[in-house]
Amino acid sequence: MADLTSLTLAEARDQLRAKKISAKDLTDAHLKEMEKARVLNAYVLETPEHAQKMAAASDAKLGRGEGGPLEGIPLGIKDLFATNGVRTTACSKILENFVPQYESTVTSQLWRDGAVMLGKLNNDEFAMGSSNETSALGNVISPWRRKGDDKPLVPGGSSGGSAAAVSANLCLGATGTDTGGSIRQPAAFTGIVGIKPTYGRCSRWGIVAFASSLDQAGPFARTVQDTAILLRSMAGQDPKDSTSADKAVPDYEKAIGRSVKGMKIGIPKEYRVEGMPAEIDEPWDKGREWLKAAGAEIVDISLPHTKYALSAYYIIAPAEASSNLARYDGVRYGLRVPGKDIVDMYQQTRAAGFGKEVRRRIMIGTYVLSAGYYDAYYLRAQKVRTLIKKDFDNAWKQGIDAILTPATPSGAFGIGEKGSGDPVEMYLNDIFTVTVNMAGLPGISVPAGRDRNGLPLGLQLIGKPFGEEDLFALGHVIEQAAGPRMTPEKWWSK
Amino acid sequence: MNAPVRNPKLLKGDKHDWQVVIGMEIHAQVTSNAKLFSGASTEFGGEPNSHVSLVDAAMPGMLPVINKKCVEQAVKTGLGLKAKINKKSVFDRKNYFYPDLPQGYQISQFKHPVVGEGIVTVDMQDGSSFEVGIERLHLEQDAGKSLHDQHPSMSYVDLNRSGVALMEIVSKPDLRSAEEAKAYVTKLRTILRYLGTCDGDMEKGNLRADVNVSVRKPGDPLGTRCEIKNVNSIRFIGQAIEVEARRQIDILEDGGKIDQETRLFDAAKGETRSMRSKEEAHDYRYFPDPDLLPLEFDDAFIAKLKADLPELPDEKKARFVKDFGLSPYDAGVLIAERETAAFFEEVASGRDPKAAANFMINEFFGRLNKEDKTIEQSPISAEQARHDRRSDRRWHDLRQDRQRPLRNRLGRGWRPARGGREAWHEAGDRHRRHRKGRRRYHREEPGQG
Repeated sequence: MADLTSLTLAEARDQLRAKKISAKDLTDAHLKEMEKARVLNAYVLETPEHAQKMAAASDAKLGRGEGGPLEGIPLGIKDLFATNGVRTTACSKILENFVPQYESTVTSQLWRDGAVMLGKLNNDEFAMGSSNETSALGNVISPWRRKGDDKPLVPGGSSGGSAAAVSANLCLGATGTDTGGSIRQPAAFTGIVGIKPTYGRCSRWGIVAFASSLDQAGPFARTVQDTAILLRSMAGQDPKDSTSADKAVPDYEKAIGRSVKGMKIGIPKEYRVEGMPAEIDEPWDKGREWLKAAGAEIVDISLPHTKYALSAYYIIAPAEASSNLARYDGVRYGLRVPGKDIVDMYQQTRAAGFGKEVRRRIMIGTYVLSAGYYDAYYLRAQKVRTLIKKDFDNAWKQGIDAILTPATPSGAFGIGEKGSGDPVEMYLNDIFTVTVNMAGLPGISVPAGRDRNGLPLGLQLIGKPFGEEDLFALGHVIEQAAGPRMTPEKWWSK
Repeated sequence: MNAPVRNPKLLKGDKHDWQVVIGMEIHAQVTSNAKLFSGASTEFGGEPNSHVSLVDAAMPGMLPVINKKCVEQAVKTGLGLKAKINKKSVFDRKNYFYPDLPQGYQISQFKHPVVGEGIVTVDMQDGSSFEVGIERLHLEQDAGKSLHDQHPSMSYVDLNRSGVALMEIVSKPDLRSAEEAKAYVTKLRTILRYLGTCDGDMEKGNLRADVNVSVRKPGDPLGTRCEIKNVNSIRFIGQAIEVEARRQIDILEDGGKIDQETRLFDAAKGETRSMRSKEEAHDYRYFPDPDLLPLEFDDAFIAKLKADLPELPDEKKARFVKDFGLSPYDAGVLIAERETAAFFEEVASGRDPKAAANFMINEFFGRLNKEDKTIEQSPISAEQARHDRRSDRRWHDLRQDRQRPLRNRLGRGWRPARGGREAWHEAGDRHRRHRKGRRRYHREEPGQG
């Protein structure tokens, strides 16, 4: 039998519907691959029994000619999504044994549509990181390696497990969350597609919060079409999330193959960062040519406040995080380290339960919200945020339909290579992605080339609010032009 | 909106006369079926932790959703306080760690409250009245309750109250004596009960006061204030102010100075004591709650609530004075509770209103008191009272009885119409049925997610 795990999600779906394959076989094939690929540490929890039960139910439905849009499709779930009765840790020691009695809205919609859960995927602790190195459950090792070099690489982060699993064929698609680039950057590092939808497009209910005004769930898959299929199931208004948008969810898949003729694509000059290597410029130039060849119009634009985005982001996100993470206090659930009094118990618990990067961000956040510093930091950062939004609004007013940028300033790096001394070195990874979260816009990362080491590089397309369909149409053009799908060599199963 | 000129009530010190300046923050529990941001019940007296949703327990990934009913109640209250209603307000997080605060922050309103400046007209015993400025009213979550007496070395936490909606009603520092402060809380409570936005039950903690007290020599600028936290009866409010003012005067006359701090009132010892100093005060790190959009509504929303407002105590009092020729004092007594006023109006219909007022105040209330009954539990209906066989004239004459000891007035002269005495039981039953019916109605009011 052909390798079922190398199918695209769309192919698998069509073959399931045509009864050429069964959900059981598809799920079993993935479970087997997961077992072989444990060295990657992409999954922090495998749920084979769940998966097999769900697959059997899907086969029954498919057998009756029924079933939802994702019937029988095996997926991995980032460990930030609460899954009913299944351990959910946010890859933090403080939640190491936490089993929620509720299901996040996004995952419940995936199960409603027939998807099968293979397990929970690794991520940076509380999604704070860009390399998956802050996970309390261990690094994820990227399925990718530099040419002629066995050194383990990071898959990016924070959704590093999701990206690695999709890239290594350990699931047909995965969920991620993106607060500053946590879907787009790992997608770019692993040669797959990831989209962060418009803020409010997917419900945040049941997703462990990092920074509430920036967090947004989105899918990973190996093709643009597959992410479109997944997003349709994940998106939608939720009365349990006041910030979710009351807007109908279109059939995103229909945007695949749609003509991009006459669309205006903005190229922001501020994204051409000083000292940016030619290998990043090259796919960007190519992307421009590809879109032009497909009939789009390329326009140079300016987003003048871009340079302030990263600093403002690293004030706002930690500020919200410092408050969001206050609930992990050892009183009601999660880790508790006994202390001589309540304050001591808080201190012991939080010192033992949170990793270094999380503690750092809680401290930064607490500082910038403190009396006397609030105006200078938090308030100012919010003003910058407003200006960044205005930059984008001005672009849309000029008639721009989408903006093309590199997804990351470099290809994947080695484990332990960055950020051990200066955390800002790591934060710089988000330089092209954070503006999109600050403005609440949708952004997609599509594989578009390789760096000098043969590692994947991605292009980012930024859309208007709720302009996801534009991104799928444009992303598909780039995907087609960029050539065959990038697949890592399966060094782990030799 | 300063206090109008009125008798300066001064406290005598050894060296000077002192003026007390008081401002109040009243925490009034909003009458609603569901909590401010979750669908959990607000019913009092459940088993510990039996009214706790995932949101109230601050489970990972849970999000607050505003309960519209609570917003309506706050706006209604604002209208009752003749206050400015802010069509756009913002919920903020007030961050601090405490075991009965599951989120690690309280959702409150800091810079942009739902209700702005208003006015309360306060009536004193002597029939005079004065105005107290309202600074603001905002919505916020109540905390849970720590139980320290369940285990020798551990504390327990009950989250039933966690997330229940409170209105914090902040007055201007317009009060000048313990008596005025008590009268203010009494009046505010009456207004809230008329509006049906808070039941005012202080025993259950549904109305609590933080009292800010400072003293100064008349004409001097405001002195340093101390805040007495969580005083839970009107009597204690008066006592707390008196002992705190005396404490401050003693310090100042000894040449000391007042430290701005938070204090607790110990009713048993009749003293206030320091809870935390200004230096120890929390830095609450307020910032807008990113899980909630700004709270916005339009004029139509306000207009609808305005149209549904009941006749408020001041209006009712004015009407009783004007239409029935009652004295402001008698009118004030009769309107203190909405039910009493309604009872009175029924008794007065077809009889001389002044005689009816006299009957109510000089006989009926005494009888209820003796029986330890509320007006809802009255053994006779208003209808039956109206048919008392005594003439208006005789009712009028009851006034003379006022001079006699209370004890002697009770139970005398009561000559109910036929069936009056037998009505006792029936009335009790009817009362119970009424209560039950009302509870059912409340339960049907939809809670929100």
